[in-house]
Amino acid sequence: MAETLTVALMDAPYEAAASTTAFRIIAAALEKGINVNVFAYEGAVSLTMKEQAPHANPVKGTSVEEEDHPTTKDLVAALVELGKSEPKLTWVNCGLCVDERGAGNWIEGVKRGGPADFLKMAGESTRTLVIPTK
Amino acid sequence: MTESRYVVIESRDPFDSADTAFVSDTAASLRKRGRAVTVYFVQNGVLATRAGARGSHVPSLTKAGVTVLADEFSPRERGIDRGELSAGVREASIGALVDLVVQPDTKTLWH
Repeated sequence: MAETLTVALMDAPYEAAASTTAFRIIAAALEKGINVNVFAYEGAVSLTMKEQAPHANPVKGTSVEEEDHPTTKDLVAALVELGKSEPKLTWVNCGLCVDERGAGNWIEGVKRGGPADFLKMAGESTRTLVIPTK
Repeated sequence: MTESRYVVIESRDPFDSADTAFVSDTAASLRKRGRAVTVYFVQNGVLATRAGARGSHVPSLTKAGVTVLADEFSPRERGIDRGELSAGVREASIGALVDLVVQPDTKTLWH
């Protein structure tokens, strides 16, 4: 039976290095053939917001294209693509956290769920890694 | 009783988080009780793995027999050369961390 790693994320986009590390862990696991579940809650539900847009840098005088600013929704979209079949990435946003933040318009491949989903995913996984805010 | 392995992921800067000592003490205590323990330093946590980091808990970890790994990406981001790492610290990829985390009977803690 394939291994499964469940990861709980809490940090909002563009605030913590932990988000980048989490993306690296998820990508590495998928590349090893390990299924990954992600339960995003609190600020982390905004990682997948569809309206995110890259920006220019007026301080440096660079354009949007020159800046090539990565958005978290694009990074998650790349992970979703990596885990679209086998191994599988299942990304669940906490619905309560989404409603609080008005963050319900998200990219393809993301589901709405709740703490019960996290409990189920953790129970069915090889391992669960909780990455809290500092 | 299951002989669990422990993987502790230390992401915090030891110079702004006093509770990094708790992590090191716990890891060393588990090792003293015969458990296999790995501490994987990542993000600003790698600042503790420099040989010149004053008051670092890393030497006591290696002395206790804890496996000490530094994420290969985090030191580079911070301008830390491999040669600056403390004795006993090895660089490891994020994939190596995944391998450790999914080992059987392993408990993983993020700090």
